Amino acid sequence: MNARQRRIEDPALLRGNIPFVADLHFAGMLEAVVVRSIYAHAMLDVVNVQPALESPGVKTVVTAMDLPSACGPIPMRLSPSSELEAALQYPLARDRVRFVGEPIAVIVAGSRYEAEDARPGVEVRYRPLTATTNVRQAMKNPVLFDTLDSNQVYQHRQYHRLVESKEPDPTLRQLHLSFSIQRHTAMPLETRGLVAVPEDGRITVYGATKVLHFNRRVLAGFLGLDVTAVRLVEVAVGGGFGVRGEFYPEDYLIPWLALRLQRPVRWIEDRLEHLQAANHSRQQEHEVDVSYDDTGRIYHLHDEIIVDTGAYIRTHGVTVPELTQGMLPGPYRWQEVDTQLRVVLTNKTPTGTYRGPGRFEGTFVRERVMDAIASTLHLDPLTVRQKNLLTVDTLPFSHGMQALGEEIVWDSGDYPLALAQAAHLMAKEEFPRRRAAASARGRRRGLGFAMFVEKSGLGPWEDCRVAVDADGRFTCWTGLSTLGQGTMTALTRILAETWGVSASQIRIVHGDTDQVPESHGTFASRATVMGGSAAFYSARTLKSRLQALAAPLLEAHPEDVILTDRGAEVTGVPTVAVSYKDLVEESVRQALPLDVTERFSASAMTYPYGVHGCELEVCPNTGMIQIVRYGVVYDVGRAVDRDLVKDQIVGGVAQGIGGALLEELAYDEQGQLVTGTLMDYLLPGFCDVPEIAVMITEVAPATSNPLGIKGAGEGGAVGVAPAIANALADALNAPPEAFTTLPLRPQDILRWSRMDQLPGKGAKR
Amino acid sequence: MKPPRFQYWAPGSLAEALEGLWQLEDQGYTTKLLAGGQSLMPVLNMRLSAPDVIVDLNHLAPELSTVQEVSETLHIGAMTRHYQLESHPVLGARAPIIAEAERYIGHVAIRSRGTIGGSLVHADPSAELPLVLALLQGTVTLQSRESIREVSAQDFFVTYLTTAITSTEILTAITLPTLPPGSGQSLEEVASRPGDFAIVAAAAQVTLDSDEAIHAVRLALGGVSSVPLDVSGSIAFLVGEIPTAQLWIECTQSLADLVEPDSDVHADSAYRKDLTVALSRRALTHAWQRARQGASLGSIGNKGGEG
Amino acid sequence: MEIDLKERVSYTLQINDRTYAVEDVEPRLLLADVLRDFLGLTGTHLGCEHGACGACTVLADGRPIRSCLTLGVGAKGLALQTVEGLAPNDGPLSRLQDAFWEEHGLQCGFCTSGMLMTATFFLREHPKPSRKEIREALSGNLCRCTGYQNIVNAIERSAQDLGENYS
Ligand SMILES: Cc1cc2nc3c(=O)[nH]c(=O)nc-3n(C[C@H](O)[C@H](O)[C@H](O)COP(=O)(O)OP(=O)(O)OC[C@H]3O[C@@H](n4cnc5c(N)ncnc54)[C@H](O)[C@@H]3O)c2cc1C
Ligand code: FES
Ligand code: FES
Repeated sequence: MNARQRRIEDPALLRGNIPFVADLHFAGMLEAVVVRSIYAHAMLDVVNVQPALESPGVKTVVTAMDLPSACGPIPMRLSPSSELEAALQYPLARDRVRFVGEPIAVIVAGSRYEAEDARPGVEVRYRPLTATTNVRQAMKNPVLFDTLDSNQVYQHRQYHRLVESKEPDPTLRQLHLSFSIQRHTAMPLETRGLVAVPEDGRITVYGATKVLHFNRRVLAGFLGLDVTAVRLVEVAVGGGFGVRGEFYPEDYLIPWLALRLQRPVRWIEDRLEHLQAANHSRQQEHEVDVSYDDTGRIYHLHDEIIVDTGAYIRTHGVTVPELTQGMLPGPYRWQEVDTQLRVVLTNKTPTGTYRGPGRFEGTFVRERVMDAIASTLHLDPLTVRQKNLLTVDTLPFSHGMQALGEEIVWDSGDYPLALAQAAHLMAKEEFPRRRAAASARGRRRGLGFAMFVEKSGLGPWEDCRVAVDADGRFTCWTGLSTLGQGTMTALTRILAETWGVSASQIRIVHGDTDQVPESHGTFASRATVMGGSAAFYSARTLKSRLQALAAPLLEAHPEDVILTDRGAEVTGVPTVAVSYKDLVEESVRQALPLDVTERFSASAMTYPYGVHGCELEVCPNTGMIQIVRYGVVYDVGRAVDRDLVKDQIVGGVAQGIGGALLEELAYDEQGQLVTGTLMDYLLPGFCDVPEIAVMITEVAPATSNPLGIKGAGEGGAVGVAPAIANALADALNAPPEAFTTLPLRPQDILRWSRMDQLPGKGAKR
Repeated sequence: MKPPRFQYWAPGSLAEALEGLWQLEDQGYTTKLLAGGQSLMPVLNMRLSAPDVIVDLNHLAPELSTVQEVSETLHIGAMTRHYQLESHPVLGARAPIIAEAERYIGHVAIRSRGTIGGSLVHADPSAELPLVLALLQGTVTLQSRESIREVSAQDFFVTYLTTAITSTEILTAITLPTLPPGSGQSLEEVASRPGDFAIVAAAAQVTLDSDEAIHAVRLALGGVSSVPLDVSGSIAFLVGEIPTAQLWIECTQSLADLVEPDSDVHADSAYRKDLTVALSRRALTHAWQRARQGASLGSIGNKGGEG
Repeated sequence: MEIDLKERVSYTLQINDRTYAVEDVEPRLLLADVLRDFLGLTGTHLGCEHGACGACTVLADGRPIRSCLTLGVGAKGLALQTVEGLAPNDGPLSRLQDAFWEEHGLQCGFCTSGMLMTATFFLREHPKPSRKEIREALSGNLCRCTGYQNIVNAIERSAQDLGENYS
C-alpha cells in the first residue's frame, strides 16, 4: 500500500472541536478538588472541615466519615487474590495515610478556583509515623497494615526445568548481576478527569475509558444502584498507556457527590495530583545469576525480583510483577528458570500498569545479561543470541511459566530471522567504519541490540454488533475504547475490507455502556486482536446474510454476490444490483435480521516479537549521549494497517527513551516525591527522541484468531532500555556490571567512560 | 493549580508604578511584580506565593525595553523580552554572549514573554542571564520612589532565588560593558533536555592583546552554587600567557576543587564538578578562538559564529 | 495618586479576528481558563498548568505564548489566535492541519492544538526548515503519543506544500 490511510479520528481533533472531558460543560456544574495527604505515613488525628465549608462558593466538603458503608476498598480487576485484599485502598483515607497524595477529603465548590481557595480550610492533624521508602528497609520496618505480618505482601516462586539436568556442571561459567529499574509511569498529556451528571435516578459519568463495563459494576455496587442506573461514557481521551481508566478513588467519589448534591460535578486532576496519585509503575530490583559455557550457550537463569508496589494494592493486583516473572525467559532456550518474586509495600504511590508492564523491566534485565555474557567471552552479542534463540521448528514453546492466569506459550515466530533483519536495518556490517570515524572526532560510538517477545490479545472474549440500514449505512457497536491508538480506524478498515464498502459508509459506536452491553475493554494490546476479530466475525455473518438475501433476487450463487456502497451485485455484472432498501425489506420478510452480534473468544494470548537496535555516541567529557540511529524490527503477524502499527512502535520507543534516560519518580527519605512537576519529571521532547526506522514484518501470523493479527501496543517501549544500555557498554568497553541501573544518567556514563581510556582495547567485533 | 485570589493593578508608567508600590507598602499590602510571568505564574498556579496585589508591569514595556549603547556600555531595559534579546542587532555585535545565552533559555513560547529583568530578579543559580551578568560584572538599576541605585552582580545575587531588591523597588535597567577589542565570549552548558535549566553552565570572555597574549580573562559558573559564581580570580594568573589548547586544559583542571555543588536527582555533586571542568574548558577555548578570529578580522567583536 | 486596585475586571479580547467581552471576572483567571470556560474555545488544552508541556500554546501578536502562564486580563490588547482560528467555521483544514492528518501527526490529539500553533508561527519565520530546526523550534511542546517523528514529517510536508504552491 502506498498512500497512508488517514485516520477517521483526526479531523475533529485537528480542529479542536471534539470534547475531552475537561471541555464538557453542564448547567449548574460544580467543581471538585481532592485534599491529599502531605505526609507519607501518618495517623489522621483530627480532620476539621468547618473552615473550608465557610469558604466562598463551597457547597460541601466530605471525608471518610461521610461515606456510606457500601463503599468498601477498591477491588482488584486482574488476577484478584485474597492475600492482597488487606492492602486495598479505600476511596478516602480513614484513620491513616500511607502515601503523599492519598485522598483525605473532597471539596465541591462553584469553580476550581474557589475549591482550591478552600483547601487550607480542611485542617488535618497528622501524627507522623516512620516512612518506608525502599524495599530493603520495608522488610524490617513496622508493617503498613496492622492485619499483615510483613510488608512483603506477596511472594511467588516459579521454577521450571526443561531437561533432566545433571549435577551442576562445574565447568560452566557463572555471572551475577544486580539490576535496578526506577519508578516512572505513563504520564499521558491529558490528566485524569470525570464529569458526573445525575438525572432521573441515574448517573452518567463522562471521562471513563479502557474498562468501562468493569468500572460500571464496581461503581454501581458502591453506589448501591443497579448497573442499568449507571452509564459510563468515553469522550476524547488524551492518552492512556495503562494508567488511565482504572478505577481510582475519584471514580467513586465524584459520581457519589453528584448524586448527593443532585448537581453535575466535574473533577479534573491537575498535573501535581497526577504525579502523586495516579498509578506509578516499573520500580523493581533484580538479583540475577546465569550460567553458560565457553561457547556462549546459556543454561540457568535465576532471578530474585523485588518489587516496590507502593502503599496499596490497586486494580492490577500483582499483574505487573507476574508478567515480569512469566515472560522473563524471552525468546531463548534456557535449561532451567528459577524466579522468586517478592512484592513489597512502601509509603509511596501505589503502582499499576504502564505500556509493556513488567516486560520493560524484564526485557532490560534479560537483554543486558545477554550482552554481559557476550562481553565476558569476547563474543559478538548477536552471536550469543543466535546460538540460544528458539528456532521456528521449536515453536510453539513454553518454559512452563505463567502470567495473567495462563501458561506463557510462545506461539509462532522466526526469532533468528528478526535478529538478522535488525542487524541489516542497523547496517551492522559497516558499523566498525562509523565507529572509527567517530573516534577520529573524539567521540565514542557504540551499537547495541535487544530482543523481546510481547504478548497481546488477552481473552476471554469480546463481542461486536453490526447492522446495516435501508440507506446502506453500516453501524458497528464495540466495547473498545480509543485512547489515541486509532482503534476506530483499524476497526473501520477490517469492516470495510470484509464487506467491500467504503469506510465512509461505516459508523462506529463505542465507549458508552448504554450502547454496548458488555466488554472486557481496551488494555494489554487486546483491542485489535479481540475486538477486531469479533468485528470480523460479525461482519462476515452480516455479509453472508446479505449475500443469501440478494442471491435469489440476482439469480446468482451467494458466493458470487458482492457488496458495494449502493447495494449487492454479482461480481463482474455491475449493471444489475439490489439496493440496501430492498435487502432490508427482504430481511424483514424472511425474518433474517440484518443486525448481528458475534463473539470472539480466545483461550490463549498471541505473542508478537521483535528487535531494537540503537547506535549512539558518547561525549567523553560530559557523558552526554546522542542516539544517531534507532531501528525496530517488529513482527505483528498480520497488520490491519501498517502505518498504525508503526505509529505505535515509534510512540512506544519515545516512551522507552524516557524510561531509559530521563524519567524518574524520585522520593526523599521522608517519602516526599521530589520530582513532582514536569520541570523535574522529565518527559522526552522533540530533541530527545531520534529518527526511528521501523520495519514491520508479517512472518508469523497468529494462529488463534481469524485475522492472524498480533497486537502492537507495547513492543515499541520494552526494548529501548537494554538497546541503549548495550550500545553504551559497547561504546565504552564497559564491564558486565555497567549500565544495570536505570535511568542511565550522564553522570554514570561519564564514570564508566573514565574507566576505559583505551579505545580499541578488547575489540569485540 | 489555579492562582490564589489577588487584587490587580496595571500601572501605566514607571513613575506611577513606583509611587504605587510605595503607597501599597505603606498600607501594608504584600505585592508581587508581574513581568513575563514565566517564573511567577507557575509559582502562583502552585500557590507557593499569595501576594495581596499583583502589579502588572507589562504596560511599562515600551518604556523599559529599550537597548542603548553609550560609550562602551550597554543599557538594556528590564522589560526587554528574551526573543528581543535573541536577535537584537546592537547586542549581537556588542555582547554576543547574550544571543548565545538565549539559545539555551527555555523554548520559543517562554522567550516570547519572559524578560531580562524577571530572569535576574528570579535569580535561579542555573539561569543563563544571571550568569552573563556575573561574567561581565554588569550592574542593575534598582529604582524606588525615593532612590535609585546601581548594584553590582556580586551584591545583587544573595542566594538561591533571592536578590538584594526590596519590595518598593523595580529593576529598571541592566548595564553591561561592551565587548572589548580583541575579545571573544562563549557560554557552554549541559542541561537534561534542551531548554531546561542548566545542570552546569560556564561563561567565559577572553581578551587578547596585539601579540595574542592574554590581556584579560573572565570565567563564571552557573549551577554549582546558590548564586552565579564569578571565578575569574582563579585564572587571573593566565594574564600575559600566549594561550594554546593545552593551556585551557591545564588551567581548568583545578576548578573542580573550587566549587562545592549540591547533589540532586538530576546530577550529583561529583558530576557537577566534572562538568565545571569540561564546560569551563570549552567556554574558554571557544572564547579564545573567537577572540583570535575577531583580532584577525580586525574587528572589535564578532557575531558569535561557531569556531 | 489613586491606585486603581481591582478585585474584579472586565475586558475585551481579540481572538481569531473577533472581539470577545469578558465581563466582571476575577483578575486571577488564567487566559487558558478564560478561553476554555468562559468563551467556549476548548480547543486549547491544559496539560500541566506550569509552562512545561506546551498544550496550552496560543499565538499572541503572532508569537506563541503559554496561555497557562498568562492572565486573561494581561492578554488584553494582544491579537490572539487559537486552534479554532486555523480552519474557521468548519471550513477546510489549513494546509498544516491537513499535513498532520496525512502524516499521522497525532494520536490522542491532546497536544495537537499547541503543536499547530507553535508550528504556524515557526513556518512563518522559517518557510524552508530542516528537520533539526523543526525539532528545536517545537522543543517546548511535549507529545506523549507520537514519538514526534510524524509531527516533524507533517511540518516538513506542510513547508514543502507551501514551497510548491508559491514557487
Ligand atoms: C518551561 C520553562 C523553561 C524555562 N527555561 C529556562 C532556562 O532554561 N533558563 C532560564 O534562565 N530561564 C528559564 N525559564 C524562566 C524564564 O526565563 C523566565 O522568563 C524568567 O526566569 C523570568 O522572567 P519573567 O519576565 O517571566 O518574570 P516573572 O515570572 O514575571 O517574574 C519573576 C520574578 O521577578 C520579579 N520581577 C520581574 N520583573 C521585575 C522587575 N523589573 N523588577 C523587579 N522584580 C521583577 C517578579 O516579581 C517575580 O518575583 C523557563 C521557564 C519555563 C516556564
Ligand atoms: S498547560 Fe500550559 S504549558 Fe502545559
Ligand atoms: S498525540 Fe497524544 S500527546 Fe500528542
